[in-house]
Amino acid sequence: MSEKVLMKGNEALAEAAIIAGCRHYFGYPITPQTEVAAYMAKRMPKIGGTFLQAESEIAAINMVYGAASTGHRAMTSSSSPGISLKCEGISYLAGADLPALIINVQRGGPGLGGIQPGQSDYFLATRGPGHGDFHVLVFAPSGVQEMADLTLKAFDLAEKYRMPSMILADGTMGQMMEPVVLPEPQESHNDLSWAVTGTNMEREHNIVNSLYLQPQDLEDMNNQRFARYAEIEKKEAMWEEFMMEDAEICVVSYGITARIARNAINEARKQGIKVGMIRPITLWPFPKAPLAAAADKVKHFVCVELNMGQMKEDVELAISCKKPVDLCYRVGGMIPSPTEVLEAIKKAM
Amino acid sequence: METKRLTLFAGHYGSGKTNIALNFARILRQQTEAVTIADLDIVNPYFRTKDSEAALAAEGIRLIVSEYANSNVDLPAMPKEIYGLVDDRSTYGVLDIGGDDRGALALGRYVPAILEENNYEMLAVINKARPLTRTVEDTLAVLAEIEGACQLPFTGIVNNTNFGLQTTAEDVLGSLNYAEEVSRASGLPIKYTCADERICPELEGKVPNLFPLKLQKLYYMINTEVQNGKSNI
Repeated sequence: MSEKVLMKGNEALAEAAIIAGCRHYFGYPITPQTEVAAYMAKRMPKIGGTFLQAESEIAAINMVYGAASTGHRAMTSSSSPGISLKCEGISYLAGADLPALIINVQRGGPGLGGIQPGQSDYFLATRGPGHGDFHVLVFAPSGVQEMADLTLKAFDLAEKYRMPSMILADGTMGQMMEPVVLPEPQESHNDLSWAVTGTNMEREHNIVNSLYLQPQDLEDMNNQRFARYAEIEKKEAMWEEFMMEDAEICVVSYGITARIARNAINEARKQGIKVGMIRPITLWPFPKAPLAAAADKVKHFVCVELNMGQMKEDVELAISCKKPVDLCYRVGGMIPSPTEVLEAIKKAM
Repeated sequence: METKRLTLFAGHYGSGKTNIALNFARILRQQTEAVTIADLDIVNPYFRTKDSEAALAAEGIRLIVSEYANSNVDLPAMPKEIYGLVDDRSTYGVLDIGGDDRGALALGRYVPAILEENNYEMLAVINKARPLTRTVEDTLAVLAEIEGACQLPFTGIVNNTNFGLQTTAEDVLGSLNYAEEVSRASGLPIKYTCADERICPELEGKVPNLFPLKLQKLYYMINTEVQNGKSNI
């Protein structure tokens, strides 16, 4: 097992990608994710990998498409405005059934927005970042350890289901420092027989493509893909339950806001308030089952997020609107204090 | 505390310079009237001295920081007032330098004036828990890069080995040999060994020149004790 070290979220994520076997990184600088690119620039040449600062975000995602086509683990990273630019390429990756990892260390938006933390790309990530019917796997780390651990998971599941994965972090996750034990490399048993690696004149050509000339073929592909998504929704949702055993109020939060909410819940418990939290770790697939189960036990839900209530809609859907759902939010790069969250909990009593 | 007019904290990024600079300025303020802390960090967009702006003002410590720090502007600009701090010899100054050689580069323009006055302490903050400064050799390489970038030689070492809020007394005690080896190899004295004030009672008498640190409030807000619920990971 590796030694415990103190790392920034962005650094831990980058090193975890290397541990996962990623040797192809294509990026473009943007705050607050630039440490990922800076770290890769230092490390990749030392391990025989490729670090390439592309001329734009769009170029970088298309380089990922190229590398991923050959069955190699490839990634790019950016922050919100840069992810908007990458969306065309992400849609092409999904349309060609290519595994790849996209990192979004979110900042406030819309537009150029700001450089302080945000979670306002929730819809963009969970509804399919780009044109067409598709999903990407979305992971929301809530600490530096998870920035590392979920990176390995994201690469593995992307390959298993042949689709892009996204780590949907926020600026604080990228910038904060915590002790981390870097994960061990995992053996991969994923089927890569589809990859474009040269036939050596011994087999049929593999074709990586998202263009289908016959409408029926394209419809079939969409249906196949959604059958896979249904399997993923059944098997791959991840979440954490905190103090939910006797909870009457259920906080739902992810990423940095889940950490602040945890402090608020600890304080509320001291004051005798029965409150717990369900923390989605995957945002797509969304952990609907534990929320639906909680809806039969708790009186009220409180969503805490750095946007105007995007995840709140998924919570309402998951619980079929059985119980009221409040929203505690800050935007623009502001983050709520534990006191603000505590106030929101008390209001829900 | 015997103090030069200017005290500069430089080191690998993430070594803990900002927290040390803030605490150093507070102690200095208890001993003297005019204390200014200057944030020269052009590397980090978050976790800046500006997070402590109100607390510093309440304690009568002047803060020089880019007006863009902690804002939504991504501009590594240096505040013009730093020239005043370097030139105005009536105030004590604490300078928080950005991480690594890139951060130290920004210091270069003030170095001729600092050298001319020759009343400064340039302290290398080291943290054994950081992956790129875990060995004496790696640490010396980072310090050499910083000196090369800013052209101001170090005069001492601050051992700030830590794992953030989860640091234990054993972590600090376990770093003493490392700091001594860095000191021997570089010829620089260990000026302080820092530790979160909450673990200092366990270290009293065991660590020479122990320097207790009060961490910025923001760290407590976003950090929770290791206390996880049930997850299905």
